[in-house]
Amino acid sequence: MTINYDAYEIVIGLEVHAQLLTRTKLFCGDSAAFGGEPNTHVSPITLGLPGSLPRLNGKAVEFAIKMGLTCHCEIERNNYFARKNYFYPDLPKGYQTSQHTTPVCKGGWVRIRTTAGERDIRLNRIHLEEDAGKSIHDVIPDATAIDLNRAGVPLIEIVTEPDLRSGDEAYAYLTELRKTLRYLDICDGNMEEGSMRCDANISVRLKGETRLGTKVEVKNLNSIRNVRRAIEIESRRLIELVATGQTVQQQTRSFDAAEGTTFALRTKEEANDYRYFTDPDLPPFQVTDAFLESIKASIPPLPEQLVQKYTRELQLPEYDARVICDDRDSAAYFEQLITHTTNYKAAANWLLGPVRSGLNEKSMDWKDLPVRPESLARLIRLVEEGGLSFSIAAERIFPVLMSEPHRDALEIATALNLIQSSDTSEIAAWIEQALAGMPDKVSEYKKGKKGLIGLFVGEVKKLSKGKADPKLTNQLLLEKLEN
Amino acid sequence: MAIEQQQPLNAYIRVYSKEALAKARLLDQQRKEGKPMGKLHGVVIGLKDVIAYKDHPLTAASHILQDYVSIYNATAVDKMLAEEAILIGHLNCDEFAMGSSNENSAYGKVLNARCNSRVPGGSSGGSAVAVQAGLCMVSLGSDTGGSVRQPADFCGILGLKPTYGRVSRYGLIAYASSFDQIGIFAHTIGDVALLLEVIAGVDEFDSTVKKEKAPVWKEAPDQKYRIAYFKEALDHPGLDPEIREAILTRTEQWRQAGHTIEAIDFELLGYIVPAYYVLTTAEASSNLARFDGVRYGYRTKDKDLELTEFYKRTRSEGFGREVKRRILLGTFVLSAGYYDAYFTKAQQVRQLLVERTNLIFKNFDIIILPTAPTTAWRIGEKMDDPIAMYLADIYTVYANLTGIPGISIPLFGHTNGMPFGVQAMTSHFNEVSLLQFSHQMMQQ
Amino acid sequence: MEVNDALIDNLSNLARLEFNASEKESIKKDLEKMIHFVEKLGELDTTGVEPLLHMSPEINVLREDIPQGSVSREAALSCAPVTDGQYFEVPKVIRK
Repeated sequence: MTINYDAYEIVIGLEVHAQLLTRTKLFCGDSAAFGGEPNTHVSPITLGLPGSLPRLNGKAVEFAIKMGLTCHCEIERNNYFARKNYFYPDLPKGYQTSQHTTPVCKGGWVRIRTTAGERDIRLNRIHLEEDAGKSIHDVIPDATAIDLNRAGVPLIEIVTEPDLRSGDEAYAYLTELRKTLRYLDICDGNMEEGSMRCDANISVRLKGETRLGTKVEVKNLNSIRNVRRAIEIESRRLIELVATGQTVQQQTRSFDAAEGTTFALRTKEEANDYRYFTDPDLPPFQVTDAFLESIKASIPPLPEQLVQKYTRELQLPEYDARVICDDRDSAAYFEQLITHTTNYKAAANWLLGPVRSGLNEKSMDWKDLPVRPESLARLIRLVEEGGLSFSIAAERIFPVLMSEPHRDALEIATALNLIQSSDTSEIAAWIEQALAGMPDKVSEYKKGKKGLIGLFVGEVKKLSKGKADPKLTNQLLLEKLEN
Repeated sequence: MAIEQQQPLNAYIRVYSKEALAKARLLDQQRKEGKPMGKLHGVVIGLKDVIAYKDHPLTAASHILQDYVSIYNATAVDKMLAEEAILIGHLNCDEFAMGSSNENSAYGKVLNARCNSRVPGGSSGGSAVAVQAGLCMVSLGSDTGGSVRQPADFCGILGLKPTYGRVSRYGLIAYASSFDQIGIFAHTIGDVALLLEVIAGVDEFDSTVKKEKAPVWKEAPDQKYRIAYFKEALDHPGLDPEIREAILTRTEQWRQAGHTIEAIDFELLGYIVPAYYVLTTAEASSNLARFDGVRYGYRTKDKDLELTEFYKRTRSEGFGREVKRRILLGTFVLSAGYYDAYFTKAQQVRQLLVERTNLIFKNFDIIILPTAPTTAWRIGEKMDDPIAMYLADIYTVYANLTGIPGISIPLFGHTNGMPFGVQAMTSHFNEVSLLQFSHQMMQQ
Repeated sequence: MEVNDALIDNLSNLARLEFNASEKESIKKDLEKMIHFVEKLGELDTTGVEPLLHMSPEINVLREDIPQGSVSREAALSCAPVTDGQYFEVPKVIRK
C-alpha cells in the first residue's frame, strides 16, 4: 500500500537543557567547569553526604532570567524549588532539585527563519534545575562508573509548545536558540560536549485535525543535524503506523545515529511517580523590579538588533549583516572595529573575507582572533588612502598581523617594502618598462582594444612587485596611451 | 572512667577518650600559659550520633551507615571547637532519630539512669542519659517532634529545642527538614544558654538559618509573665492524673506569685500528631533516599543484582523496621492520587496552626503544656504498637509544627519514682524570654 | 482505606525497599493502622487555606558565584563501598 505522507502533519515540541556558564554549581561552590579529572569537582553537597544542605547560586538565577527576558517570557516573581524524587546512581541525593513545578519564566517565543519565511515558536517555560552526574558504562569491566563532577551543575530547561512542524523548523529553532544563548554568554551551546542537550516530542496527525496524536519522546540527539534527522525518521515511522491502522505507543525512544533508526527505551507503564514537593531546605526567592532592571541592563545587543543597525545605519547589505551577526564573537569584534573606522563596507568585507579565512586556516574561534580591532582598522585605512592594495594587504600584511599581532600594519608594510608608490616618476618608469616590453599590445590598444589596459596595469603591478598604486597607474597609463 | 562504669546504660556508641584526654591536657597547658580561654574551654560535650564530626564515624544508629566516617564538621561542631569544647563521643539514639524511646537503635537500647528497666525517652535517649548520669557536662541532641524535650522530661534534666532556623542544620543528618533542630541537654539554664550562644547564629551553609546573631541570656530580675495553657491538653484522657495535678497546682502557685495564667481553647489538638506524621514521614522518605550504598555506607554483599534489586536489597538490609515503616508512609502520602488528601491537607493544617499560634502570642508570653502524657514507660512496653508510641508525642510536636522554641523544665517527681517536668514555649526567636522564664521557675 | 499487596508493592518499588512474605503481612497491618491514624486530617475543613511550604524565616538566600568548599577526590572516595580510586562503582546499569 502506498502511504501519502503529505496528508499528515508532524507536530514537534522540543525540550532543551542548557548548562549555564557560571563558575560554580547551582547549590554549592564546586566548579561547574566542563571535564576535569573524575570526582574532583565535589564537596559534601555534591556527594549528597548526610547532613549536607543546598545554597542557591545567584548568578544562575540571573542567567535564567536573562534568557527569559530575551525570549519575551513572563518572569515569575515568587520562586520555589521542588524535589523530583527517583533513584539513579548519578543522582546523589536520590532526588533532583528543580523548578519543574514552578518555572521562573513562563510563555515567551523564539523567532525562526526558514526558507518558508519567519515564524514565532512559542515557549511553554524556562526553569532552573541541577544536572546529574555521569554514568559511564565502558570504563570498568562488569560495573558502571559514576563521576559526580557534573552533578549539581546549573541547567536551564527551555520547553517549547508543540509549535514546530518539520525537521527544518527544529533545525532553525535550535540554531537560533544556540545563537541567543551564546550571545547572552550564559551557555556555550555545544551539543557534542553536552552543554546543550535536546529531547524531541513528536506526534503526527492528519492535516486539518486539531487533536494531537500520541506523542513519542526521542532522546540521545547529540547534534542539531541529528535532531532534524531523527525527526524526519521518526515522523515517517509514526505516519506509517497511523496510516496502516496501528496504534502509536506513548514511549521514550533513543536515536541511533549510526543506524538512522529509533528504538524504544521505556513505555508509559514504567513511568515514574516523582512525588514532587517544595524543597524545605531552600527558602523562596523573590524577583524585585530592581533585580529585573539590572538584568535587563546587562543584556547585550542581540543579533536582530545588530542586523537592523548594520543594514539601516551602516547601509550594509542584509546578507553581510546576517553573516557577521551569526556568531556573537564576530559581531562583538565588528562592533569594536566600527568604532575605529567609518568605512563600514570595507570593514565588513575584511571580516567576511580575509579575517574569516585566516581564522579557518588556523582553526581558530572568533574570540581568539589575535589582531586587535584598532590594528585592523589601521590596515583598512592604509588601503583606503592608497598606500596598499587590498590584495597585498590581505595576502601579505594580514597574515603577519595574525602571527605577530603586536606589530603595526604600516611598520610591517614598510619593512617588507610593500608601501605603494604614489611617486609618479617611479610609476612612469615602470610604465615605460612595461609598455616597452609589449609593443604589439600597445598598437592593438591604440587601434581600439581598450580592454588591454588591464593587461598593462597588471604588468606594471608585476614589475613594481605590487608597489605601484593601481589607481594612479591606471590614470598615468591612460594619459600616456591616449596621447 | 565514669563512662566505662556506666557502660550498661549504653548511652555512648563511641567514646573518643584518647583524643579527649589529649585535648584536656593541651587546654590545661594553654590555660597555665595565660592564653585567653574559649567560652566552652574544657567543657566535656557529647554529640547525638546524627551530628557530623570530621574524621569520626557517624551512623545515625543505623546499619546503613556502618563504617561511614564524616569528612566535614557540622557547623555547630565547628563553633563549639572554636570555643575549646572537648567532644567526648557520639551518643546513642533511635535510628535516624525516629522513635520516642531509644529502643530502635542498631546499637541496642539505652537505659534510663534513674531506673534501668525504663526507657530514657527518644530519639535522643543517649544524649539525655549522658547528662543525667554525669557522663558529660552538656550534650547535643536533635528535636524533630520532641526528641530533646521528651527524653529530658523522662530523665529529669533540661532539654531545649531552639526556634526553627536558630541553629544551623548543616551537618545534622536530616530526618524532616522543616522540623529538625539541634537541641541542648543540661542541668542548669546557665549551661543551656551558654551552649545556645555558641552554636546558634548566622551560617553560610544552611539557607534556612535566621540571619541574626546568637541570643545571649544573662540572669535578669524576675519578671511577670502572661501564661496560657490548652484546655484540651490538660483534659486529655491519655494524660497521667498525677502529671495533670502537678502542673495545675504549680500554675496556681504562679498565679499567686503575680503571673497571669489562662486556660484557652485549642480545638486543633487532635490533628497535630496526624499532621506531624504525614509531613515528617514525607520529608524523611525523600531525605533518606540518598542511603543507597553507592557513595558511602552499607552495601549488600549479594552479587549479580540488577540495579533496582541492588537498591532494594541494600536499603532493606540496612534500614531498621521503624525507619522502613516511616519511609513507606511518607512515600504513600506523596504518591499520585493521595498527595492532595494527605500531604497538601497536612500543610494546610500546619498553616492553620501557625496562624493560631501567632494569635495566641499576641495576648500571651508563654504557652505551658505537659512535655509527655506519662513518665518513662517500661522497656518493651510500647514496641508492638506504633500508634501508641506516636500518641506520646502529642504535646511536643506542636512546637516543631509551628517552629517555636520549646523547653522541658524538670520540676517534679512522680510517685512511681520517675521524674517529669513541664514544657514551656515562646514565640519565634524569643529564646531569651524562654530561658529567663525557665530560670525563674526553677528557682522556686 | 484498605492496604493491599498492590499498594505495598507500588510503595516499596518507589522507595526501593523489599519485604518477604511475613514482613509484607506485618507492614501491611502497620501501614493500615498508620494511614487510618492520619486519615483524621480529612475531618478538618481547610477550604481556602494556603498550604504552608516553608518554615524558614528568611527569603532570597542567594550566594555569590565563587568557588569554595570542594574536597579532594581521596576524601570524596574515602567511604565509597566500591571504587577504583577514580570512580564510584555500581552494578552495571542494564540498558535495553
